[in-house]
Amino acid sequence: MKKNLFALLAGIAFGFGLAISQMINQKKVIGFLDLFGNWDPSLALVMGGAVGVTALLFRFVLRRPNPIFEDKFYIPEKNNIDAPLFIGSALFGIGWGLAGFCPGPVFASLSIGRIEPVLFILALVAGSLAAKYLVPAKYTR
Amino acid sequence: MENFTPISALVGGALIGLSATMLLLFNGRVAGISGIFNGLLNPAQKDKTWRALFMLGLIIGAALYVWSPQGGAPVPLSLPRVLLLSAGFLVGFGTRMGSGCTSGHGVCGLGRFSFRSLMATLTFIAFGIVTVYAARHLFGVM
Repeated sequence: MKKNLFALLAGIAFGFGLAISQMINQKKVIGFLDLFGNWDPSLALVMGGAVGVTALLFRFVLRRPNPIFEDKFYIPEKNNIDAPLFIGSALFGIGWGLAGFCPGPVFASLSIGRIEPVLFILALVAGSLAAKYLVPAKYTR
Repeated sequence: MENFTPISALVGGALIGLSATMLLLFNGRVAGISGIFNGLLNPAQKDKTWRALFMLGLIIGAALYVWSPQGGAPVPLSLPRVLLLSAGFLVGFGTRMGSGCTSGHGVCGLGRFSFRSLMATLTFIAFGIVTVYAARHLFGVM
């Protein structure tokens, strides 16, 4: 129960952060990726601000024996650098550059009440399911 | 660089970092949006409730800002539908294949000093830059 409440609260903080930093604005994202045009470095500061906080605080959290509402931490176990990591990240980067949406911002963009994020998410679901069936499971977990 | 908004970027970024820290501290979970969402697409996944609530929170949190007097909803880019859908497909496919997106690899992975996440982050940013360069400056789309 409490863990569901805190998941909701964390989601609200995340969505508010994405909106106030204008990361739900595709033009801001594409402006960052447009390094050779009229470059807008804002996204670098969003990521820098976020990573500054996680890099500082995660170490204290992970020193605990377990999280407050769970028996253990669910940290990704993979640490190998393999081809699917690069190919997948490259395909993601291409899609990100084409529309200026990545998963967090596009879901947060459902708040603006327009059709574009909905269409993007339907295609995202199709892409994710395609990868689930086409890419061997050992690479996607 | 006249579009640069450093203050709101840092404030929003810090809030995202605090949200990720909160999810890790209380629930032991990494705030990777693609991973959280993919769990909802898996019929065998048992823990769907917190995932659905986090996703709902994303929308509520953004709505609180967007529909506040200081906020304002961004106007979506008018992209050809086929481009928008292709982009969505690539993002869904690529984030599952590469096990993460801007939040999972970028915000959380870098915060854990994961070399794997650093490689992923550099790769998607590099390909994003090349894509925007090609689309905007070579083909004149966008």
